[in-house]
Amino acid sequence: MFYREAGDFKTSYADDSQTFPIKFDRVRYYVVLAVAFGIIPFLVNDYWANAILLPFLIYSIAAIGLNILVGYCGQVSLGTGGFMAVGAYACYKLMTAFPEVSMFIHVILAGGITAVVCMAFGLPSLRIKGFYLAVATLAAQFFLVWLFNRVPWFYNYSASGQINAPERDTFGILITGPNAPAWATYLFCLIFLTFCALVARNLTRGTVGRSWMAIRDMDIAAEIIGVNPLKAKLTAFAVSGFFIGISGALFFAVYLGAVEVGEAFGINKSFLVLFMVILGGLGSIFGSFAGAAFLVLLPVVLKVVGVDLLGWPTDIVAHFQLVIVGALIVVFLIAEPHGMAQLWRVAKEKLRLWPFPH
Amino acid sequence: MKKTLTTLALGAAMAAGPAMADLVFPDLSYRTGPYAAGGIPFSDGYNDYFTLLNERDGGIGGVPAKVIECETGYNTEKGVECYESTKGQGALIYQPLSTGITYQLIPKVTADNIPLHTMGYGRTSAANGEVFSHVFNYPANYWNGASGVVNYLLESNGGDISGKKIALIYHNSAYGKEPIRTLEELSKKHGFELIALPVDHPGQEQKSQWLQIRRERPDNVVMWGWGVMNQVAIQEAANIRFPMENFIGVWWSGAEHDVMPAGDKADGYKAVTFHNVGRDFPVFDDIQKYVVDAGKAAGAGDQVGNVLYNRGMYAAMLAAEAAKTAQGIHGTADINAAMMRDGMEALVIDEAKMAALGMPNFGPTFNVSCDNHGGPGLVGVTQWDAESKTWSLISDFKPSDTEVIGKLIEEDSGAYAAENNIESRCK
Repeated sequence: MFYREAGDFKTSYADDSQTFPIKFDRVRYYVVLAVAFGIIPFLVNDYWANAILLPFLIYSIAAIGLNILVGYCGQVSLGTGGFMAVGAYACYKLMTAFPEVSMFIHVILAGGITAVVCMAFGLPSLRIKGFYLAVATLAAQFFLVWLFNRVPWFYNYSASGQINAPERDTFGILITGPNAPAWATYLFCLIFLTFCALVARNLTRGTVGRSWMAIRDMDIAAEIIGVNPLKAKLTAFAVSGFFIGISGALFFAVYLGAVEVGEAFGINKSFLVLFMVILGGLGSIFGSFAGAAFLVLLPVVLKVVGVDLLGWPTDIVAHFQLVIVGALIVVFLIAEPHGMAQLWRVAKEKLRLWPFPH
Repeated sequence: MKKTLTTLALGAAMAAGPAMADLVFPDLSYRTGPYAAGGIPFSDGYNDYFTLLNERDGGIGGVPAKVIECETGYNTEKGVECYESTKGQGALIYQPLSTGITYQLIPKVTADNIPLHTMGYGRTSAANGEVFSHVFNYPANYWNGASGVVNYLLESNGGDISGKKIALIYHNSAYGKEPIRTLEELSKKHGFELIALPVDHPGQEQKSQWLQIRRERPDNVVMWGWGVMNQVAIQEAANIRFPMENFIGVWWSGAEHDVMPAGDKADGYKAVTFHNVGRDFPVFDDIQKYVVDAGKAAGAGDQVGNVLYNRGMYAAMLAAEAAKTAQGIHGTADINAAMMRDGMEALVIDEAKMAALGMPNFGPTFNVSCDNHGGPGLVGVTQWDAESKTWSLISDFKPSDTEVIGKLIEEDSGAYAAENNIESRCK
């Protein structure tokens, strides 16, 4: 009833294999895109951009990146924070070395550099898997943070060891720095998110994605039917690193503007993105969005409800936040281990039949 | 992407702010996390002083002060969220008590025309008002602290510390790295050897650093720590029987909760400071009467007179005095953030004013000016007495080595100005 499929006929293979085969879904997708690109930029203010939308967009990119590695290829990674740091520092070095180049190019190059680093740390995945790989990537996390703290070249020998994003533009519009308008930073991140989501969605539907999923489901069987594990695993690490690098670059340059590596890209960041992927749904692009939105919005909502509406002391609300987020994660994993994407899938099934379930 | 719609709907309710009637002082506090031990007393002192002004004097210049507290957990992302959510409510001044958040806010407050006061922390070169128009760090900054430590060592060693070994144990972050440049310069000048030992966030793991200290046998250990790191360091120093008299911390490493866990073994530990300690000041009687006894104290109300409580109160006092100065300059009681900035730049703290506020000799006297946002940089030394469980001031507020510091500030702020195309504004 609500979810109409009647009269939705496919007459070609292309029709049948598109991302949103149901017209109802497709129309809604275009509506969301139109709102995101056409309406929100005119409404967005500093608070909305800096406190909610930018973190949501940027964490979504990171979650998509990690989802490719963990959800689609089955390679557990705890190095996300370190790889985001690579993106951030690469972007910083590029921004300061080539000030006249557009930010678009810097961010994409930062993603490329992270892809290479991520691939290097992905090499052990050919021999080890599961928890052992998690430990190897954990080492990447600690090594990279240590490296950026230790070697002054990465932070241009500044006295404090912090990196600060100078003002940079793209097509003459300021993207970084305090004077960048909220709509510009929002649109800049949105364009990257849309690009990443489209690329990820299409990669996972094609040969590359199928080989990742074959490796994830059973690597020996995949090898027997002709999937090259070296190629599959390393491409997964490369693509994942590319997205995570982009998110790290945006996180530093556009969102925060100044970063201290241990604080911003510590092990907590790796866990946060991993939680987003697990809660949102492994192996689902929509799940990455849902997970990022959930973990970015929940603390803000709890703060608004607890402090601003109920007037509770801030420390009690902060402690409650830990309890509530923790409890929700546990409840989620028990009630719906496949994440929010699965909830959405189930809801869709139900809506299809409503109001006449068998 | 579907979630953006929900996001939008959710926020419509939150975007609406209250009417701007009071003088708003946001308090980006942290009462949770590994740095809460320092965040709680500071925030209590900050809140209580404004409560006192409201209860006793009816506000500042007749306008009530309102403190909006926002929990950051010492986390920069939450700090940005707090800043964005409070700045629209008429915020006059930000004092985030975090070097990380300070670095986030420096460009933002300059663009939004709101002053930022980082008292004894933050970016040291912000003392140069020519470059940093909206950032203030009077009455003293880290480099004054580092120089104050060295001056104290010089004094206690008869003016000669050449050939001595001094170990710096520091928090491995922007905060902890700040004094290194100054100490390096001073080590060249005075001929002592500097050993820098970083400790990673949050600071519980220090075994290897103290092993190294035991091996190298430095004459003095200087500490740049915060939060749980301080307690661990003092305990570790006690464990290797390092003489506490030779162990000296910066002002963020010298409060009650830092030394208490080590018990009697912490006796004699020292720390530099830029304000007085204890509660033998008339203002505390007023706080007791109007705030604590009236049941209006912030937090648990058990921090009154602690070192960091005093510092929070001192920060609030400086903010309130700047607000009064601004009201005087602009002839209106209802000031905004831009007027507040002018008030801070014209702030004069003399002994008569302090005595009238019930804080005689509580801190150094100073004048802020357009080109000097850092104050005079006078530094005193405090020492812990484990038996009576009190800190006491053991030296006057003395000048630091402005020759070395001034040059470093010039250099660092000059680099910032070049990076961001800032022209000097004081003529």
